[in-house]
Amino acid sequence: MYAQLVKTDEKRLKSLGEMDPQERAFQGRIDRGEKIEPKEWMPEGYRKTLIRQISQHAHSEIVGQLPEGNWITRAPTLERKAILLAKVQDEAGHGLYLYCAAETLGISRDEMFEQLHSGRAKYSSIFNYPTLSWADIGAIGWLVDGAAIMNQVPLQRCSFGPYSRAMIRICKEESFHQRQGFDIMMKLCKGTEAQQKMAQDALERWWWPSLMMFGPADGDSVHSAQSMAWKIKQDTNDELRQKFVDQTVPQADFLDLKVPDPDLKWNQERGSYDFGEPDWDEFFQVISGNGPCNEERLGARVKAWDDGAWVREGLMAHARKHARRTTLAAAE
Amino acid sequence: MADKALFEFLTRIGDTTLVLGHRVSEWCGHAPALEEDIALANTALDLIGHTRMWLSRAGEVEGKGRTEDDLAFLREAHEFRNYLLVERPNEDFAVTITRQFLFDAWHRLMLISLQESSDQRVSEIAEKASKEVAYHVERSTDLVVRLGDGTEESHRRMQHAVDILWPYTGELFTDDETDRELSDRGIIPLPSSLEGEWKTHVDGVLSAATLVRPEREYAHKGGKAGVHTEHLGFLLAEMQVTHRAHPGATW
Ligand SMILES: [Fe+2]
Ligand SMILES: [Fe+2]
Ligand SMILES: [Fe+2]
Repeated sequence: MYAQLVKTDEKRLKSLGEMDPQERAFQGRIDRGEKIEPKEWMPEGYRKTLIRQISQHAHSEIVGQLPEGNWITRAPTLERKAILLAKVQDEAGHGLYLYCAAETLGISRDEMFEQLHSGRAKYSSIFNYPTLSWADIGAIGWLVDGAAIMNQVPLQRCSFGPYSRAMIRICKEESFHQRQGFDIMMKLCKGTEAQQKMAQDALERWWWPSLMMFGPADGDSVHSAQSMAWKIKQDTNDELRQKFVDQTVPQADFLDLKVPDPDLKWNQERGSYDFGEPDWDEFFQVISGNGPCNEERLGARVKAWDDGAWVREGLMAHARKHARRTTLAAAE
Repeated sequence: MADKALFEFLTRIGDTTLVLGHRVSEWCGHAPALEEDIALANTALDLIGHTRMWLSRAGEVEGKGRTEDDLAFLREAHEFRNYLLVERPNEDFAVTITRQFLFDAWHRLMLISLQESSDQRVSEIAEKASKEVAYHVERSTDLVVRLGDGTEESHRRMQHAVDILWPYTGELFTDDETDRELSDRGIIPLPSSLEGEWKTHVDGVLSAATLVRPEREYAHKGGKAGVHTEHLGFLLAEMQVTHRAHPGATW
């Protein structure tokens, strides 16, 4: 998802009997559905895993401004321009809440940026694909924000208080994002032939990358089992992917668009859609830096950061001068 | 009989907020800090919101059935009436914030005065926009002071920004036939009447920021009459491309 490959440091899941008393008490609180707050004791692995997960999520929100920002200046109407600006502004706000949530675990925003800029931290593979037409803005809202909601709704119940609260705020806005995306698609699909083609083309390019957002199958991964035991993950990647397909295919039908998967068909017995396997080679290429836009996206973030250094330094220098003057004035 | 002078004024102010909103939105995802990304997107959003009110009203006043989108996306550069200041490229954050500050200080005074307009719709739009613009002025003023009186580098960049933008501020205070007619009718203030208060505000902020107002009194003009800098054509080419590629489509 926005955090697609979150490793825990665990080699295997400990049983309650193997835990020391402090760990056992912690696990007990989680099992009872209590929220863990930043100042309370937590296992080092829990802290580290959460930092990875929340910062990956935050980085995704921030990098995610770029593919959509790409169309703000070319939006086809003033109303669409305003809606898209509001949406992208929300995404930056999501990044901010999430960085703040991660900071409560003892890492600074600057350190997280450093990890992003040096390529050590990951962000969602989805934002390494290009936005080539206006319909891509519709497809992103519909599919990408749709997939994000699938993943984030359960995270509202996550065991770590600040993350859970950030998710509650974020989910409210994500549903507006998805609606505006679907609305763009609807207008295109009812529009001219060129607009309909644009919509179909966007679905073809965004469908598989959207399914990859949930990450590869992790049903038998130790990391996933540990994260579930800690309640910082609630469903397996495959469960979420299935839910997403089941929700999205009828919407595509409604739009009269064709999902680009020859294996897609309704399975009466399961009451779900059967569907094809995403190209996981492509996924691992994109995740490790070889997607169509990795260099541009990360390059743009690094450039923004470097070009902005003088601004941040200027503001800090002013704050220091101001503090000194206030102290002097107080001493007089 | 359409009110030509009022239409002219509405496009002047609507085009100005549109072009500045466009410029500010170019920053999206590229700002020096996350808080600035949010604030710049917010400013752009406010300005596009104002544009929609001004240009829709312009279309109504003109009476030819043109919508806000027809006016924004289907006019040529020479039909645009925005001030030259707002089409200046972003360059760096210093130029962007200084441009915003010089404009906001004018915008605030203009809107305060427009709230007293004899035209009810003009005064309503001005009242709505004023609340947001009061915040824009506060923010850009604060940044100018902090960056002007920050490090040596931030000071140097801010002074450079003031120097290159200054010649584009004079146009904000020039009066022409349209201004005089509308001012006589009580619809708008004479632009020149705003200059004194604007200078007092700007001078105060520049001195708090340890920045110097340029001596140069020369002012570039033309935007209000549709004679622009070379930059506007490119800006419009980008802004209008999707809309123009699909004539008559709805979005
Ligand atoms: Fe998102
Ligand atoms: Fe988001
Ligand atoms: Fe979103």
